[in-house]
Amino acid sequence: MSIGFWLLQSLNALALGGLLFLLSSGFSLIFGLMRVANLSHGAYFMLGAYVGLSVLQAGFGFIEAILAAGVVIAVLGGLIERFLLRRLANRTLAQVLVTLGLAFAIADICLMLWSGDPMQLPAPRWLSQPIRAFGFVFPGYRVFVVEVSIVVAILLWLLIERTKLGAMVRASVDDIQMARGVGIPAQKLFSFIFCLGAALAGMGGVLGGPILSVYPGLDGEMLPLALVVVILGGIGSIGGAFVGAYITGFVYTFGQTLLPAFSYVILFLPMIVVLAFRPSGLFGKSAP
Amino acid sequence: MTRKSRITLISLSLLILALAAPLLMGQPFYINIGSQVLIAAIFAMSLNILVGYGGMTSIGHAAYLGTSAYVVALLTLQHGFGFYTASLVALGVVVIMAAIFGAIALRGTGITFLMITLALGQTMWGVAFRWSEVTGGDNGLPDIKRPDLFGLNLVEPGLFYGVMIALFVIALVGMWIFTQSGLGLSLQGTRDQPRRMGMLGHHVWLVRWIAFIIAGFWAGVAGIAFIGYHGYIHPLSLGLANSAEVLLMVIAGGAGTLLGPVVGAAIVVVLKMVVSAYVSRWVLLLGCTFVAIVILLPEGVVPGLERLLKAILPAARDDEEASS
Amino acid sequence: MLNRRQFALGIAAVAGASGAIKGAAAQTGPIRVGFLTVNSGALAAGGRQLEEGIKLFLKQRDNKIGGRPVELIIADTAGQPANTRTKAQELIERNNVHVIIGPLAAFEALAINDYIQQVGIPTISDSAAAEDLTQRKLNPWFVRAVSSSAQPAHALADYAAKTLKYKKIAIVADDFAFGHEISAGFQRVFEENGGKVLQKLWSPLNVADYGSYITQIDRSADAVLANFAGANGLRFIKQYNEYGLSGTIPLLGHMTTIDEGILKNMGDEAKGVVSTGWYSAAIDTPANKEFVTACRAEYKADPGYYTLGAYLSGMFLEEAVKKVNGNVEDKTALMKALRNIDLKDTPAGPIKIDEYGNPTMNIYIRKVETVDGRLMNKVIHTYPSVSQFWTYDPKTFLQSPVYAREWAVKG
Repeated sequence: MSIGFWLLQSLNALALGGLLFLLSSGFSLIFGLMRVANLSHGAYFMLGAYVGLSVLQAGFGFIEAILAAGVVIAVLGGLIERFLLRRLANRTLAQVLVTLGLAFAIADICLMLWSGDPMQLPAPRWLSQPIRAFGFVFPGYRVFVVEVSIVVAILLWLLIERTKLGAMVRASVDDIQMARGVGIPAQKLFSFIFCLGAALAGMGGVLGGPILSVYPGLDGEMLPLALVVVILGGIGSIGGAFVGAYITGFVYTFGQTLLPAFSYVILFLPMIVVLAFRPSGLFGKSAP
Repeated sequence: MTRKSRITLISLSLLILALAAPLLMGQPFYINIGSQVLIAAIFAMSLNILVGYGGMTSIGHAAYLGTSAYVVALLTLQHGFGFYTASLVALGVVVIMAAIFGAIALRGTGITFLMITLALGQTMWGVAFRWSEVTGGDNGLPDIKRPDLFGLNLVEPGLFYGVMIALFVIALVGMWIFTQSGLGLSLQGTRDQPRRMGMLGHHVWLVRWIAFIIAGFWAGVAGIAFIGYHGYIHPLSLGLANSAEVLLMVIAGGAGTLLGPVVGAAIVVVLKMVVSAYVSRWVLLLGCTFVAIVILLPEGVVPGLERLLKAILPAARDDEEASS
Repeated sequence: MLNRRQFALGIAAVAGASGAIKGAAAQTGPIRVGFLTVNSGALAAGGRQLEEGIKLFLKQRDNKIGGRPVELIIADTAGQPANTRTKAQELIERNNVHVIIGPLAAFEALAINDYIQQVGIPTISDSAAAEDLTQRKLNPWFVRAVSSSAQPAHALADYAAKTLKYKKIAIVADDFAFGHEISAGFQRVFEENGGKVLQKLWSPLNVADYGSYITQIDRSADAVLANFAGANGLRFIKQYNEYGLSGTIPLLGHMTTIDEGILKNMGDEAKGVVSTGWYSAAIDTPANKEFVTACRAEYKADPGYYTLGAYLSGMFLEEAVKKVNGNVEDKTALMKALRNIDLKDTPAGPIKIDEYGNPTMNIYIRKVETVDGRLMNKVIHTYPSVSQFWTYDPKTFLQSPVYAREWAVKG
């Protein structure tokens, strides 16, 4: 295999990493602050992709599709947070039940509304110019996904590390009781973060659509990937999720290339090893 | 009679009525549904040891049911074992597997524990799916014959249901004894007060590890019943969806209660297998049912109803005497 | 949301009343047809097309087969084998169906194979293609209306080697039984005709991205064979184009890689893909034109694998019911008639059931082209009356193990 081949596989790994970060950043944000493992996340992602598809089909542009999906899923997330999850703080089992129940319901509603036929979600031409190098062609859209993932990571990092809002979030993550004590409106913060996380999932669905397409079952395929990324990177840190996403992208791509017999378990075997030796993940500080 | 014993009596009568219901419906179809509920109930009870009594949320429990079923299938189909000998071997295999997997999974707690169990379960699914030379891959392993028992042909739905009732009662009584035993009480202690239990000299890790193995063992028993009933095993049976489903049964019914997983299993199986004939969007209904349970009876159906029942039944004076 | 499922019931009652005047057969009530399909979960798109196929068939016949009204009872297996078994029991034990059509997935059919034999219920498979269902795990109560997995693959290999003169092929396929069977069937015939399979890349069914597999494709191949099912064909072909391979290495595919059910949602990237199958919506016969027109009118879409699979199952049933004079209560006679189906004029061409219960049927080599503004699998060559055993002797064919991932030509 030539150097070009390995370079191209590295690009594939990077693109997958970018996609995985867009998928899991919202999950990481919500889990980090609220300690809620939102098992509807895959369903949010898929619903976002479907919403984006409908917006595209209605004649609007790609950017509008991303924004619309973000808004719709944010509103949905906000309602779920307000009326269901808020009353279930610290009740992990009830959270599992309600988020998985919602995932079932959302998936079935998608089946009703969008027929179940697999569909393409086309990227605009200006984003999908192929890139040629070493006699290989690389789809330009994937580079765009990597770029977006970096921009999103920086924005989220700035939001959390450099704004007053972020300071409150960090204080709440560290010690929720103390944060409440000093007058941080933790409840409002939770609502905001949950909406933001949901919006990220919905926009991620549209951004991932041109690579993944949209089809029933996409939700169930994406949820474990999001969990792997977040757990591997370390819980609740955007930086960890970013690095975790790219590591997962590389492990997945090169694992499938080099060890085809292990293709079905290629993410889970390394994960077992990592967690067995570092239960808090590669970059996590300590287990909750 | 105390209020507590009255509630126990009501629960027991309801349970006996529920067990008899499929027979009263008069069709083999309902008797088969009954058998499937009981198999799911044993499976859910086994997970309840971890989730309910141990406070350890596992989302890879189908691996034990599936592995046990695969071992029985492989040994009977390809190595000439009888069903019962194969079952014994299967139980041995899942116990060893649970011992190893438990040792790995218990490196973490909370979400980390959940993720390790998920990863272990998905690994077993991947092996079953990919190693098609042995497991048949996506075609699964068909044609496992239902065995005779004491000369009775268990292909007859009523007889098979009878055996399932016996197995279920053994599991239920076993579970009750477990929760009352020193080990069971320590386990519940490690769930509520892990640090204190450690300071009191309990070996928290060891208690959890043994609980993990017991849970694996009973999931293996459910796996044997599963393969006996279906005669067919497919990788889906040990995949994530099945692990999630059994977890939902436990939580919906009421984690950490004796009958919660049984009720949860009945709800899920009846929705999937019976109601789906009348409601085309039954998956949506299933999802909404879980959401409704969280809203109306957030602690689960069984403890939730018990709370309501306590509110209805007047507290008798002798309650206090009984408790003192 | 409520659905009585017996959508035909009302019509059946009316039809039954009018039919009662005509003959004795109708007095015994409707023919109850149990229809196992998938309405929930990842396989629901195929399941919906199956349902459309059988409903169109019944609608065209005013819901009557052989003079008797039909009661269609639809059961949703969700594509889970445990559900499939329960739904089969429901249809047989509660609804007392005379015949079962379905289920969708191969593993579902295998999951109920023993039960069907145990109760002895005539079963027409409208989709499940697993080789062994009509080869090494024979079931006297089973007949298939679609081809076996590798049946079209043998023909494509012949075409690739002899007509297209390809020497070297790279295979990319779904890593599950169906993908293994079609790939091995192709490899066997292709290599026996002097070709060489350079590599076989197996992508997991739930793979997130095909990029890393497309990158591995040996660029010296004369063509790439893509063997996929469900949504994966749509995803793969799009990415194959994005990685710039469409113009460089021609793409071959199995029927399901580019089935009409997904072709309607594909773009220009699908153009030129040469595939093999027992049907194409573009078959130029009066029977097929009529069928396609009806489908377009009813469902605004071209029929494909699933739609015709279920429709053909209906035709099988109709033919058999006529042969037993409407007496579907005689299950043995009905089954015997089903195992001896010989239809001269179906939308897919002539079909004759072989002694193993699998159809001997035309295999069409198709090429995607734009016809009247829509993408269609235009037929470029027809292999008439192809057996599941290709040109091999059935006895010798059955002596070798079933096609698997690691198939290699011996000696």
